[in-house]
Amino acid sequence: MPAIQSPETAEIHPDVALVDRAKKGDTAAFEQLVRQYERQIFRVAQHITQNREDAEDITQDAFLKAYEKLEQFQGNSKFSTWLVRIAVNESLMRLRRRKTSKTVSMDQDVQTEDGAIPRDFAEWRPNPEQIYGQNELGDILRKTIQGLPPGFRTVFTLRDVENLSTEETAEALGLSVPAVKSRLLRARLQLRERLSRYFKQKDSSKQNSFAQINGGARP
Amino acid sequence: MNCTDFLKQLTDYFDGRVEPSLMKEVQTHLAECHHCEVVLDTTRQTISIYREHEIYEFPPELEHRLHDAIMAKCRGAR
Repeated sequence: MPAIQSPETAEIHPDVALVDRAKKGDTAAFEQLVRQYERQIFRVAQHITQNREDAEDITQDAFLKAYEKLEQFQGNSKFSTWLVRIAVNESLMRLRRRKTSKTVSMDQDVQTEDGAIPRDFAEWRPNPEQIYGQNELGDILRKTIQGLPPGFRTVFTLRDVENLSTEETAEALGLSVPAVKSRLLRARLQLRERLSRYFKQKDSSKQNSFAQINGGARP
Repeated sequence: MNCTDFLKQLTDYFDGRVEPSLMKEVQTHLAECHHCEVVLDTTRQTISIYREHEIYEFPPELEHRLHDAIMAKCRGAR
């Protein structure tokens, strides 16, 4: 597959020099890369596995693997994208090993059209995140993303939480751009549908029961 | 353009990548279809809520512990 270059990779990324130094055995340069990306890698792993201990292990293993395979990194993509790809693979492998998880590949969960069709058309209240306290909002957001199939969760995390481009997300997941776009659409729509339960305007429930009320009452 | 066609354009719409030839149809549909307008608006909010809230804590003690563990493993691998 040809490497897809996004416009920003045309300039030389500051990581290139750090990677070169690290390849020559400069541990301080590698440590700088670790410092830059440990938080992101931990966040990606935790989003995919939904488990903090697993995310800690995966972060360590991903950096170790990157360190051991640094020679193989040719610089066709950003170092961070390469690193994310390692972490995603480690995370999916970890999920597969969990007895409870049956659906773990990037290809499963996506065969049906489920979740592609919006059902809730209620408007949300203004500043919906201010309806709830920080802790409660955190619980809602965690619970909601946890309910997504891993394949969708992973695409949404890379594209929308970590702000990778569609091309970088495709590269990190070994998927085509159209496949990323299709999963992303469904992930976003499913999350939207679930969040709507918490954020929609109270009037909309009235709207739903409008017919019921009017059906029963005569003026 | 119907609602299904609009949904197919939603990802490109957020990325500002809708084909210029389709853009007018997208805008016309949005102006006429309240459901799609709501879906667009609430999907946009879904993305921004997740982007703006760090939902998993990464306290300094975890950062230090993790950082030290990573570097210990890497140094051990030499």
